[in-house]
Amino acid sequence: MVEQQFTVTDKAGIHARPAAMLVSVANKFVADVNLDYGGKNVNLKSILGVMSLGIGFGETFKLNANGADAQDAVNELAKTLKTEGLAE
Amino acid sequence: MSLLKGIAASSGIAIAKAYCLVEPDLSFSKKMIEDSATEVARFQSALAISKSELEAIRDVAEKELGVDDAAIFNAHVLVLTDPELIGPIEEKIKTDQVNAEFALKETTDMFITMFEQMDNEYMQERAADIRDVTKRVLSHLLDVKMVSPSMISEEVIVIAEDLTPSDTAQLNRQFVKGFTTDIGGRTSHSAIMARSLEIPAVVGTQESTKLIQDGDLVIVDGLNGEIHINPSAEVVADYESKQEQFEQQKVEWAKLVNEKTMTADGHQVELAANIGTPEDLVGVVNNGGEGVGLYRTEFLYMGRDKLPTEEEQFEAYKKVLQGMEGKPVVVRTLDIGGDKELSYLQLPEEMNPFLGFRAIRLCLEEQEIFRTQLRALLRASTFGNLKIMFPMIATLGEFRQAKAILEEEKQALLAAGTAIADHIEVGIMVEIPSTAVQADVFAKEVDFFSIGTNDLIQYTFAADRMNERVSYLYQPYNPAILRLVKMVIDAAHKEGKWAGMCGEMAGDEIAVPLLIGLGLDEFSMSATSILPARTQIKKLKKSDMVELVNEALQMGTAEEVVEAVKARTGL
Repeated sequence: MVEQQFTVTDKAGIHARPAAMLVSVANKFVADVNLDYGGKNVNLKSILGVMSLGIGFGETFKLNANGADAQDAVNELAKTLKTEGLAE
Repeated sequence: MSLLKGIAASSGIAIAKAYCLVEPDLSFSKKMIEDSATEVARFQSALAISKSELEAIRDVAEKELGVDDAAIFNAHVLVLTDPELIGPIEEKIKTDQVNAEFALKETTDMFITMFEQMDNEYMQERAADIRDVTKRVLSHLLDVKMVSPSMISEEVIVIAEDLTPSDTAQLNRQFVKGFTTDIGGRTSHSAIMARSLEIPAVVGTQESTKLIQDGDLVIVDGLNGEIHINPSAEVVADYESKQEQFEQQKVEWAKLVNEKTMTADGHQVELAANIGTPEDLVGVVNNGGEGVGLYRTEFLYMGRDKLPTEEEQFEAYKKVLQGMEGKPVVVRTLDIGGDKELSYLQLPEEMNPFLGFRAIRLCLEEQEIFRTQLRALLRASTFGNLKIMFPMIATLGEFRQAKAILEEEKQALLAAGTAIADHIEVGIMVEIPSTAVQADVFAKEVDFFSIGTNDLIQYTFAADRMNERVSYLYQPYNPAILRLVKMVIDAAHKEGKWAGMCGEMAGDEIAVPLLIGLGLDEFSMSATSILPARTQIKKLKKSDMVELVNEALQMGTAEEVVEAVKARTGL
């Protein structure tokens, strides 16, 4: 399993637009990707799941991935989070 | 045939089939099914159609609004492919042996409830997104026609209860020839949009959605505020000739595009336009605007999920300043609050939003938002003739504080080596009576005034302009308003400053003669009102209008004023 921790740097937090972006990226990979936040673990390929967490500015969350391209998936998601100014 | 009356909100005549933008009936009952495989297939096909429709909407929105604003439709598409939503629905159909409609509703209701219960207004609004998407799938399962402004593909007249900003943004301008709404007045959002899109519109008809059926032939007379439903051939012919006359009149007006605005006795004024986005500049140029008298920057902040960056704002301001090629552009700083909400700011609900935490009040409190906008404006200032205007100023203290913040940002940018225009006029909107009565004091410190009549009228008469029961108190011609306007103009002139007006009143044919008489320097209005106003002003003599307004100021009621204007100008 590949795991990485992030802290939200976008003042508005992770909602619809960024959530859609993350889900679109996750969908490109076969690996199962999950987002771990506040004791909940949601499927990163589910926009409703990601939005339902309502992760705000300054909060930390973990991504974990399982499967053949798990490492690539996490790398690409980390890159998206950073270039979009969402989390680091 | 029948005739409906409403408020003429945007001039012109449109004749086309009705497109009723009303909620379809999506009721159904729970059914037990035998063949769950067929039911799942039925569900999947409804999903697939919905998905391709949403993708089409997203593509149109991307073209019309840009990728960022269209992102919300992308989220809608993703909802339709969400494994956490689709999986449970299919599971329910199979294990509970229920119809797809029921399984869909049960499952999405669970998510809707979850989002509604979150203690964050933005997330609560996402419940509406799920509801939207659910409705679309349901409509295909039930085989009911789904209406959406983005789906219009032939020439129509849109019939709606009201049009929201997002409805109007999705309207296909090529096909929408006109529209009618049940609610709203001349200053409602949809009316303002209709004028900037140059589409004939009649609003406040109260029952157009009840009386007009999809496909009915409809005439929208935006000049007289009338709607004809399934008119006789004679009436259609009559309106076709009226339409032609209107087009001819437009040709006449167009001859004045490059002319100055001068009264018959040689007094010159400036006719500028009110705009909401850089795209509106085309209308300003085509209609001979001598400047932008009001650039409502809040559209940059609306219909999105976060604040616009300094860079995004800079690009928009630069585009407007460059587009006006050195002509004056008055940019109003963020005027949000009241009826204009930004979900992502999560402002608490207020008892009296129009009297509450809005416009400059919000900017002085949330200074980072304000400073970002001011920096973007200052940086853009070298691309044209920028004037900055603060909205909702109630006290001199507020103006001084706003100006001090502007000065701080200016010094910081200069220190960093950023180029800024040498002289940027800084003025205020006069829309609160406290400011109007103290205009002589303000005039010593501001560079200009722009009178915002929509709010000034509602605050002067203490009557909410959105409340139809007190709409009779929206009285622009009342001598009380004329006196306030006079105080502001006189105070500006005494200090060698200029006074403009950017409310609805500035383009109103009854008000224009009075404002000429009062000595207003700049009139800012919907772009389409400019040429008719210029035509009118060329026929007026300033000296006569001074006499007229002096009489009007002594009158008792608005009705008397209107009579006097009509008698003297032959309107």
